[in-house]
Amino acid sequence: MTEAYIYDAVRTPRGRGRRDGALHAVTPVRLAATPLAALAQRNPIDTAAIDDVVFGCVEPVGEQSCDIARIAALVAGYDIAAPGTQVNRFCASGLEACNIAAGQIMAGQSDLVVGGGVESMSRVPMMSSGGMWATDPQVAALTHFVPQGISADLLATLHGYSRRDLDAYAAQSHRRAAAAQAAGAFDRSLVPVRDVGGRVVLTTDEGVRPDTTVESLASLKPAFADQGEKLGFDAVAIARYPEVLRVEHLHHAGNSSAIVDGAAAVLFGTRAAGARFGLTPRARVRAFASVGTEPTIMLTGPSFAVEKALRRAGMDARDVDLFEVNEAFAAVVLRFMEATGVPHDRINVAGGAIALGHPLGATGAMILGVLLDELERRDLTVGVATLCVGAGMGTAMLIERVQG
Amino acid sequence: MNEEIFRFSVGGDGVATLTFDDSGRSMNVLNEASLASLYRGIEAAVADPQVKAVLIESGKDDFIAGADLDMVLAFDDREKTFQDTLALHRHLRRLETCGKPVAVAINGTALGGGFELCLACHRRIAGDRPKARIGLPEVTLGLLPGGGGTQRLPRLLGIRAALPLLLEGKTVAPAAALELGLVHEVVPAGSESEAARAWLLANIGKDILQPWDAKGYRIPGGPVQSPQGMETFFAGNPMTLAKTRDNYPAPRWILSCVYEGLQTDFDTGCRTEAAYFVEAAFSPEARAMIRTVFIGMGRVKRQSARPTGIAPRRFSRVGVLGAGMMGAGIAFAQASAGIDTVLLDVTTEAAERGKRHAQDLLDRRMAKGRTTQEAAAAVLARILPTTDYDALAGCDLVIEAVFEDRAIKAEVTRAAEARLARDAIVASNTSTLPITGLARACARPERFIGLHFFSPVDRMELVEVIVGEATSDETLAHAMDYVKQIRKIAIVVRDSRGFYTSRVCASYVREGLRMLTEGIAPALIDNAGTLAGMPVGPLALADELALDTILRINRQNAADLGAEYERSPVDDVVETMVERCHRLGKARGGGFYDYEPGRHRRIWPGLAERFPRRDPQPALDVLQRRLLHVQAIDAARCLEAGVVRSATDADVGALLGWGFPVCRGGPIGLIRQLGAATFCAECDGLAAAYGPRFTPTERLRRIARGDEPFYAD
Repeated sequence: MTEAYIYDAVRTPRGRGRRDGALHAVTPVRLAATPLAALAQRNPIDTAAIDDVVFGCVEPVGEQSCDIARIAALVAGYDIAAPGTQVNRFCASGLEACNIAAGQIMAGQSDLVVGGGVESMSRVPMMSSGGMWATDPQVAALTHFVPQGISADLLATLHGYSRRDLDAYAAQSHRRAAAAQAAGAFDRSLVPVRDVGGRVVLTTDEGVRPDTTVESLASLKPAFADQGEKLGFDAVAIARYPEVLRVEHLHHAGNSSAIVDGAAAVLFGTRAAGARFGLTPRARVRAFASVGTEPTIMLTGPSFAVEKALRRAGMDARDVDLFEVNEAFAAVVLRFMEATGVPHDRINVAGGAIALGHPLGATGAMILGVLLDELERRDLTVGVATLCVGAGMGTAMLIERVQG
Repeated sequence: MNEEIFRFSVGGDGVATLTFDDSGRSMNVLNEASLASLYRGIEAAVADPQVKAVLIESGKDDFIAGADLDMVLAFDDREKTFQDTLALHRHLRRLETCGKPVAVAINGTALGGGFELCLACHRRIAGDRPKARIGLPEVTLGLLPGGGGTQRLPRLLGIRAALPLLLEGKTVAPAAALELGLVHEVVPAGSESEAARAWLLANIGKDILQPWDAKGYRIPGGPVQSPQGMETFFAGNPMTLAKTRDNYPAPRWILSCVYEGLQTDFDTGCRTEAAYFVEAAFSPEARAMIRTVFIGMGRVKRQSARPTGIAPRRFSRVGVLGAGMMGAGIAFAQASAGIDTVLLDVTTEAAERGKRHAQDLLDRRMAKGRTTQEAAAAVLARILPTTDYDALAGCDLVIEAVFEDRAIKAEVTRAAEARLARDAIVASNTSTLPITGLARACARPERFIGLHFFSPVDRMELVEVIVGEATSDETLAHAMDYVKQIRKIAIVVRDSRGFYTSRVCASYVREGLRMLTEGIAPALIDNAGTLAGMPVGPLALADELALDTILRINRQNAADLGAEYERSPVDDVVETMVERCHRLGKARGGGFYDYEPGRHRRIWPGLAERFPRRDPQPALDVLQRRLLHVQAIDAARCLEAGVVRSATDADVGALLGWGFPVCRGGPIGLIRQLGAATFCAECDGLAAAYGPRFTPTERLRRIARGDEPFYAD
């Protein structure tokens, strides 16, 4: 098997995914083209040698549709020889794109591939593509569909996480992200987003609030109580989890991932392709995996996906120095820690999506980059990036730093 | 073509008339014969060049009651039903796309397939008849509109407006139908055909199309694949699932007909509907619901169990002893039905309080516009609160509704009987004490009977009529006349412990309490009950019935039965809760649950200590089976012992009495639905695991083997 190496990882800063967010004026294709252009600029590669550009995107409709990977590559000035494809594994799309990129190399069918993702949640809001899962009556009934927020609250209810537990975790996410920003931990990977005139519109992640505390979060109202109680989603969840008397609605805007805009790109290649362009590999892909889990509770995939990837590599959780577990909801990470026994000080050391935001299709590639940066900053070796995924899935990539 | 059910004639004005008049029936229904006649009529009208317009009308006092449900029950070939349904669609399409204007004169009730025929006409003109019902009630019997209703209604009204009508099966009077857009015009009763003809004559030669066939047609409110459409289904799916707990597939199938069918052209949509219609028509749920809700309920309402040859009796004055919750409820029910009511209690305040209950109910009805000031005043005027037994003079019937204590009941019964004429009836509203024993206090035990009302009396339709050993047929017949007169539904029950409804319902509660002693999580027990279709879980129901009441009944039974009484873990649970934990139930500070005003109920934390959880927890379906089968097997025992007289009474009593899941058609309906052989096999499995209370009766085994026919309706 050919080894796949990571040569570089870049991302845009994350802008609030609203009308007043800094990236709202930027079209998704320009957003996607930003890290692609940066990769080509920072690394002395010939983009004609890129065998594929694989990009995650969760709402591929409207201006995010039409195979945004290929079009963004053209917009980024890549050679017409560089093809592109868009993939969707919901919230893990960005990591899935990286897994596919690495997989092409490991299968011996590609030499140089870009993985990454994009989501302009301010311009193409969640649910824009509709989809049969929630709306087709047979499908919704068969799968006991509930929105993710209900799943997160169900997860917290089942495992007894209190509002205080969740809020304490959220506050910690902000503190860690703020500390990372202050220490310049993100600087290596961040590329500014510019308007058509070259004016910088955003250089740092917008949403971090270092002063967030359990007390400051206490006033926020549960975000999913209405969906659960008025639309009947709680009853749908309880039909699947009948040991639950009542779903406790504990998640809110402050302990769930923030809605943001952003894009990221990661350059994968063979050792030989890197050498051809004089690149130094930063890490080797040890394994990757996806799993399917129970779709109503939906968010328990990460521990299983990590376990599967580790098994493939012949490792276990103790061999891993750092974990990036996407903070879709605070309960997801609390459950991951409980299921794996991994302590918090090895997880999300630079904060996570609660503070920084979760641009759906891009997040997986972003946290892979953060993981690599943190391994280097702390001079550690092995890391795992993982995300929970809609419809009950989990995706993970296991990497190991290489010297020279 | 004079023998046609749809008579076809063409007038000199070029209007062809199709008159639906089935000479063999009092009501027009759609079945194979009438549909075949309709198709011939449509074909004749469409093909005949002399015909310039088509009028569809009824020769009866009503339009069309709907499909013949006996035909639906007799369906036995899915492919044939599918093809027949497609044929119906094809003919209705032929009618509405024939280029000639088509109008329908809706001279009364038009339901189900009858209204679907109307929807295929260009002009729907209804007579102003407030008693007539219009709509698509198929879902209430587990069916769905199979004549294009799921395609035409949302294309007519928009998805969001049509779905509630399809999903709830609501039927409305013509005036409301006009407001909803179901009909185009409401005209004076009797002038429907004339108005329809006038519209036709004015539209001959014009290019008349259905809205959905017109160029540039758009679904009102937006298509399925639009933000509005997505939102409708995003919310409609969980709301439907939460309401039906997915025990009733028809609403989900209706949603799918609309979701799938409205993303295609009309004819493809009809094909989609036909496929789902076959699923519904052949579903065990629809079969059970048609049997019990439609056929069974009709039979019970007609009182086929009433002894024959006894002249009916009308009740003009009836006394009620005890003005508590039950007594006051009974007083209200009979005063509402025009019966002069003497409401007697020990103190004037208590009697007045009972009358005030009627006042409160009437006030609420007035607020909702369901009654008028005058009508309410008339009802109240019929209730005479009193403490004076002499006021009972002249009563045809006296119903005792005092505390469940034999001595008190005997005393008031004697006092009342002394004031009554020889042919008057005395009834007891006891829910637990055997009638034969209570009758001993009477001078005329043959005129003593049980009338077991349910709480709240104003909302619960059922009355168990309890026949004691001495009760005469005449007394039974007249008691049933009384029940009918106050517009309630009677089932006849032989005197025995717990009668029928209390006994079988108790088996559900008891099974839930046993589960608690097995270490099953309380939430899982109650969710198993509600997910099986019961209105409340067994523990919550025990809390509502009051745990001290259950303890008292258990002790009464133990005392009455002596050595025959078998103690079970249930006795221990109730004793522990009441005597050691002082948890008496919902009304008395909480039982298995804690109840705080304004908050959701929670499992009482002390419960886990008394009944520790034992993992692993059992699978949901095993618990559901236990909770339903324990009722079914007990209902079968009641039926075999003659406690109830027919499977129909057992099923209707269960639906109305304690909310047994309608989708199973009742406890005996459940056995029929599963098949006696499967039911017996499942019960044998449960008996082996959980005890002999699940052991099938010998008769059930014979039925399962095919050696004996199923229980008679």
